[in-house]
Parts: sequence; C-alpha cells; structure tokens
Amino acid sequence: MKYVDEFRDGALAQGLAQAIAREADPARRYDFMEFCGGHTHAISRHGVTDLLPPNVRMIHGPGCPVCVLPIGRVDLAIDLAIDRGVILCTYGDTLRIPASNGRSLLRAKADGADVRMVYSAADALRIARENPSREVVFFAIGFETTTPPTALVLKEARESNLGNFSVLCNHVLTPAAIVTILESPEVRSLGTVPLDGFVGPSHVSTIIGTEPYEFFAREYRKPVVIAGFEPLDVLQAILMLVRQANEGRTDVENQFHRAVSREGNAKAQALVAETFELRRAFEWRGLGTVPYSALAIRPEFAAWDAERKYALTYRAVPDNKACECGAILRGLKRPTDCRLFGTACTPETPMGSCMVSSEGACAAHYSYGRFRDREAAATVPAEAAGTAEVAVPVTAVRGRTGVAA
Amino acid sequence: MCLAVPCRIVRLEAGDTAVVDVGGVRKAVSLALVEGVGPGDYVIVHVGYALARLDPAAAAATLQAMADAGIDPAAALEGVAA
Repeated sequence: MKYVDEFRDGALAQGLAQAIAREADPARRYDFMEFCGGHTHAISRHGVTDLLPPNVRMIHGPGCPVCVLPIGRVDLAIDLAIDRGVILCTYGDTLRIPASNGRSLLRAKADGADVRMVYSAADALRIARENPSREVVFFAIGFETTTPPTALVLKEARESNLGNFSVLCNHVLTPAAIVTILESPEVRSLGTVPLDGFVGPSHVSTIIGTEPYEFFAREYRKPVVIAGFEPLDVLQAILMLVRQANEGRTDVENQFHRAVSREGNAKAQALVAETFELRRAFEWRGLGTVPYSALAIRPEFAAWDAERKYALTYRAVPDNKACECGAILRGLKRPTDCRLFGTACTPETPMGSCMVSSEGACAAHYSYGRFRDREAAATVPAEAAGTAEVAVPVTAVRGRTGVAA
Repeated sequence: MCLAVPCRIVRLEAGDTAVVDVGGVRKAVSLALVEGVGPGDYVIVHVGYALARLDPAAAAATLQAMADAGIDPAAALEGVAA
C-alpha cells in the first residue's frame, strides 16, 4: 500500500537505527514516552525496541482510549443494552473490555442483548433510521481523532430530528492526559519516572495540530516530536528527540508533516466545538479522575445525549487489586512486573485495561515481546540465576549494562 | 484505536462522499471533515471519514531524510519541518 509499505522499509530502518546509535550519548540515558497506543503497537509489532541502543528506552503512555475507559462507563452501556433493550452500537474495540461481575458487551450480546459492532458512527445512524421502532445508542469512545465523526452524526440526527438515536459520549482529550502524567509526583519529583521527551500522536494531531503541544514543551521543558504511525516514522522521531536532548532544546517538532499542520483541521475543530463542551472531570482507568479531560454533549443536543435521555448515573468501579495497569500507564512498572501478566491476564481473558486492546502495553508485550523475556532468562549468568526470579526483561538487563557503561 | 489508512480518492459522489482505493479495495468514505480534495489525492481515513490530505511532496522529503540519516546524520533531518 502506498504511503504505508515504504515507511516500513528494513534497510532504511537499519540506517536510522545506526544514526540513533551514533548520536545517542553512551554516558546518559534517554527515556521517551510514546503517548499513543498506535505507537505502542507499532513499536512492539515491528521490533523497534530491538533497533535502539540500550540507553534509549521507550515508555508506553496512556493514549489508548479502550485502555483508559473506566469499567463504570462500560457498565452504563451494558445496562442500556440489557435493561433498556436498546440497540447498542459500538466500535469493535470496546466489545471485550471486562466490566463489573465478569460482564462485557460481547457476553451481553451472547446473552441476547442487541449489541452491534459498527465500523463508523454513520453506520449507527443508519441502523437508527432502519429501526424506527427501536431505540439506538451509539457508544462513542476515542480521542480527538474519533470525536469529529461523532460530532457529525449528532448534527445529522438533530437536523433530521431522528428521535430514536442517541450517543453515550466517552470522548477524551490528549493534552489533559499528558499534563496529568507530567504533574504526577513520580515525574515531578525527579523520582522513579524520568521523562526526556514525548513522541506525539499522529492522527490526533491531524485534527488538533501541533500548536497545543507547545505548552508542554515550554512549561515542562520537554521536547515533543509528532510522529507518523509507521516504524520508520517512530525511529526518525526518536532520532529527533535524541538530538533535542543532546542540544538541550525543548521544541515541538513535526515528523509527520505529510499530514499534520500547526493549525490542524479547522473544519473538524469547529464541528467539535459546536457539539461538545468540556466535562469538569472524567475518570480514566489507570490515571484516576482527570480534570477537564473529556467531552460532554452540549445542552443544545440534549435530546441525543444518552446520559440525559436515560438519566444515567455513573458509578466508579475499582480494578482488580492485583492489576498494575495504573503503574504501567504511568511508566512506573512494566507488564512483566505484574503478577497477573500472562497468567490470569491474557488477551483471551483480559483482567486489566492494558491487556484488552492490541494497543495496550500488556497486550503488545504479550503478543510481540515475550520472546525477549525468555532470552533474558536464558542469558542470566549461572551464579545470578539462583537468585533471579523467573524471567528478567531484557530491557531491564540492558538498562543496567547501559548505566554501568 | 486512532488507526487511519492512507487512501487514494477514485471519484467524488453525491453529498460529501467519495470512493477511495486502499490496496486495491474500493470503499465509500465521507469527505465531510476535509476541504479541497479531489480524485487522485491521498487522504487519511479513520472510521469511514477522511481526516486530512496527505502531502506527497512532504512524504517524499521525509523518506529522503530517512535515507540520508543512514549515511550522514547531520544532514538527515533537514527535510523535516520544525
């Protein structure tokens, strides 16, 4: 596919990897967070980690809307489908999210609830038109990328006065989540999570542009490089971050300038502003309650807002106590640090949010990274092996070597 | 979740709809979120909506910068806009 295959070229990747190795200072560490789940998946799937020098580490951020959707919001959707008998339309990503009492939208569907997977918000609107005697609710999730299509269907529903359609809105905002990470005590007090810069989201930025990131670069003195989703894009962005770190710069740079501008998509921004307003606070799975981090439907569209239409009240539900997703989303822990990882919690039976979507840190490591844990375990020296736990992640081993060197 | 695919616009249809080609597969998508695109243009499509036009010159410059990085890291990022 044009504009995909050429950005996965192996020879170019080797060249970029050599350039990173040449420019990265062996006397220091580089800890970069890729905010977006799409980058997490690309890094794991294409083995980008293996191309990086041992002192360049990627921390997987909270930018997967499936992962950060709290259990209580999924419960609302399940209740609508089961108790109110609505046709619940949703993107496929949400179907397997574990909710309260071992439930999920997929299990609700198996039990007879009318849960339908849609490719597009427009499909949900079409289902409402085709079923005038039924109530249809679109379970809307996603970051800024996915919000404008929801805005369009809300407008269309109002213009055509479609009474049997509504939206359960869970749209969240990227900048608020980045601020939360930067403000977290672990990062602020120079403690456990050093962050030397961010790989910024690709498609979120096609909508919001690069301008909103200028605040972090300035206020928190962190470089940001907006990068495309292909492995070469990620490598080039890492090279740009290494260079900024070396030069002591904290700029916003745009590696993905083939699709992202500073201003973003003004038409989409105007649509979103017309249909949505900021929520005072919203719960993120793993991050807790984050102020002004999500969107609610404006009062002018109240008739199409499922929360108002069905007088829904949100009830927070705690995660499994052993689940380490919160620490993993902040970069404090790695998937292999969690007792549930790969045992009770797998992509087939996810317990926590990071295992649900293929973009989650745990699912990505489970699918593409476990061979490294085995290699590391196999290469632990004989005298150390007696004291070692079962498997030491190779990145941790490399990290120590890197510091020692 | 925010995955999107570069697609070539084959033809414009009624309303804000266009037929796009993605790796040989044809699909109708909405152009309601973009402006000034036409047949032959590449757009980035997410959940059935084009979000942005892909600039072929910028893509070529990015690839050239990547190729240069393997040879001469100092020159590597000059094709990338700051």
